[in-house]
Amino acid sequence: MHDFILKEVVSHLIPFIQMYGIYVIMHGHLSPGGGFSGGMVLGLSMVLFVLVFGLREGLKKISHSTSTVVESLGTAWYATVGLVGVLRGASFLVNKAAGIPTGQPGELLSSGLILVITVGVGVKVGSIILTLFVELIEEGDEE
Amino acid sequence: MKVLAYLLLVAVLWTLILAVGEMPTYGCFNPTHNYVYDRYVRHGVEETGALNVVAQIIVDYRAYDTLIETTVLFAAIVSVMLTLKSSPH
Amino acid sequence: MNLWRAVLSNYPYLVSLVLFGIGIATVLTRSNLMKKIIGINIMESGVFLFFIALGNIRGSRAPIIELGTEAVLYANPIPSALILTGIVVSVSVTAFALGLVVKLYKFYGTIEPEEIIEIKSTGR
Repeated sequence: MHDFILKEVVSHLIPFIQMYGIYVIMHGHLSPGGGFSGGMVLGLSMVLFVLVFGLREGLKKISHSTSTVVESLGTAWYATVGLVGVLRGASFLVNKAAGIPTGQPGELLSSGLILVITVGVGVKVGSIILTLFVELIEEGDEE
Repeated sequence: MKVLAYLLLVAVLWTLILAVGEMPTYGCFNPTHNYVYDRYVRHGVEETGALNVVAQIIVDYRAYDTLIETTVLFAAIVSVMLTLKSSPH
Repeated sequence: MNLWRAVLSNYPYLVSLVLFGIGIATVLTRSNLMKKIIGINIMESGVFLFFIALGNIRGSRAPIIELGTEAVLYANPIPSALILTGIVVSVSVTAFALGLVVKLYKFYGTIEPEEIIEIKSTGR
């Protein structure tokens, strides 16, 4: 694709889309949103990049091995964070009963494990959306 | 064949419309709003420290659900990779 | 009529029913596999809308707790939380189905089931 206007507009738009996605993820415990919706916004910004600049440029930014590692780490991160409760003498995936400080409700850094897990889920969902899209588009691109 | 399909469709939809007529009125009390809802809304903030009740439920009260959910996503992407990367014999 | 008054007062359920009907009609009457996947997705949207509508209470606010205010009526958060799982499963199923369709198209050169069966029976 050789569309100058499209490339220029999208290259200025993508940072804002990603910032919005990060905002939605980080405020998942305070406002509507959370890991899944914010991760979807993040992933779709990368899909937009691949759509406009082509698959080759996109793979230069985030390679296959990077996204594979990130999405495997997302699931492992969740289970590992769940083990914190076990280590502190409570059951699996327990937040406040395990004595984790939850802070002042309404502040950004509050609610203990919820924020930590939400960030992991957001990153994972973003990379999964990108990987699914790249897998499907690569298959038709081969011949 | 298509006529049969549309007949089946009309039968299903008519059954569902009868069911909708029997539902509790929209916006009024229905059995979904029970003590679980009360507990989550009243004590959620002091028990988890988050303001968003949906976030409280999916990441704290029902965290196992979300753990398996991320596993489902992972399984989906693994199966897509297996389907597309394997060469046709 | 009594039934129609009850149905019309439950209009969100009726809309979800219409979505479900569109999905069923697409799945039943179209043989193109891509259109079948789209139909399944529309059916899923109908079910999600039905669940979310169940959680609403008239005059309620979104379930984001506002500190310092007393006796605010909040909508029911449980159906929303459950449907989040449903949405994720639907995304996974759609992705897998799309992968299978891509593979079928590469293998047979078509995504019409009848043509695929014909190619299979004549042995290419």
